[in-house]
Amino acid sequence: MLTKRIIPCLDIKDGRTVKGVNFENLIDSGDPVELASRYALEGADELVFLDITATENKRKTLLELVEKVASVINIPFTVGGGISEVEDVKNLLDAGADKVSVNSSAVKNPNLINQIAERFGNQCLVVAIDAKILNNQWMVHLVGGKVPTEYQLVDWAKEAADRGAGEILFTSMENDGTKAGFAIDALNAVCDAVSIPVIASGGAGTREHFSDVFLKTNCDAALAASVFHFKQIAIPELKSYLKSQNINIRL
Amino acid sequence: MKVAIINYEAGNVKSVQFALQRLGVNPIITDNHDEISSADKVIFPGVGQAKYAMEQLAKKQLDTLIPNLKQPVLGVCLGMQLMCEHSEEGNVGGLGIFKDVNVVKFSSDVKVPCIGWNALELESHFLWKDIPDESYVYFVHSYYVPDCTFAIAKTVYGSTKYTSAMQFENFSAMQFHPEKSGDIGSKMIENFLKQI
Repeated sequence: MLTKRIIPCLDIKDGRTVKGVNFENLIDSGDPVELASRYALEGADELVFLDITATENKRKTLLELVEKVASVINIPFTVGGGISEVEDVKNLLDAGADKVSVNSSAVKNPNLINQIAERFGNQCLVVAIDAKILNNQWMVHLVGGKVPTEYQLVDWAKEAADRGAGEILFTSMENDGTKAGFAIDALNAVCDAVSIPVIASGGAGTREHFSDVFLKTNCDAALAASVFHFKQIAIPELKSYLKSQNINIRL
Repeated sequence: MKVAIINYEAGNVKSVQFALQRLGVNPIITDNHDEISSADKVIFPGVGQAKYAMEQLAKKQLDTLIPNLKQPVLGVCLGMQLMCEHSEEGNVGGLGIFKDVNVVKFSSDVKVPCIGWNALELESHFLWKDIPDESYVYFVHSYYVPDCTFAIAKTVYGSTKYTSAMQFENFSAMQFHPEKSGDIGSKMIENFLKQI
């Protein structure tokens, strides 16, 4: 039986891992290569690496860093940040990424999803969505959460899946960095809307938050950053705990 | 030992290269027929779309070279699917190494693509030396090879039991990514390289 995935996320700015609260007040949380190897050893099911400055500063993801991380880990590795054309995807895969994640550029140019899926297969493409509540509706935001769009969360998730996304990575900006739990209702709405895997992100603070997201939603994976970086939750203990809650987990 | 990774613009060549390097083997990445034919072992990776990948193989005439290779060959993921007779993905003919085996899409009662770690039911085989039955490995795919006579490992997704690894003569194939399956996957690659 397919197991639920635990995914540490490395938000990268200027070659370092950073983490903020509600996408702001970034603090340094370590060397990405070191963190990546630690997570692979600890039993992380996958790694996500997001160059959060890439779109903002119009820089391409640091391919050298991708290559360094890929050379030290033997688990799957998704890279996002600054992908605006098919050629960017090719460069990342050539550097050792297994999948790529697109966010802002897909909203600005939805056809990019079709192009990437047709060229590399949809299993290689994660569409990341950042959303928060505006006037009682979950609305998609861009550029690390700074710019609101016209898209409602569920509509955009559905469109992304229809266009060829292989997975949806949904980050609730209401929950991100708060350590108060995942956005269960919004995640359920996304899971109901699409038939591709959904990765829950934003709000993990305790191991119970992880069991909640797997027991109360149909999400396939849960992603977190600071609770892992700062060792508030250790991955091996988290996975044993989830297994004890009868959740399918690879130990 | 000379190991060649076939380069045809549709492979996750780098992660396979890194996996071999971690085992102390420095592979060559090539589309050159002589280099591939003279290698001790050949790895045929693949990420992407079957029809596009077959077009790339045809351009380089690798579609005629690969089925005639005599040394051990390991197809990975899309590489395994392309070794079959036909794929539903793009409705394209494959290399026909695994005769009469047709690659089909997962039904809509499961999430597609199938992404994540799943268990292997292993048959006795040299690739599984020191690999415990029910080991978990990493899969990323939307299409699959149905249970067939070539199977040396099977996996269950939803209500479907499918072929997750197979063997015919010198051709081995894995649907999962051994290069991304932790220490278990490394051991499998080592077992592949160790065969004579």
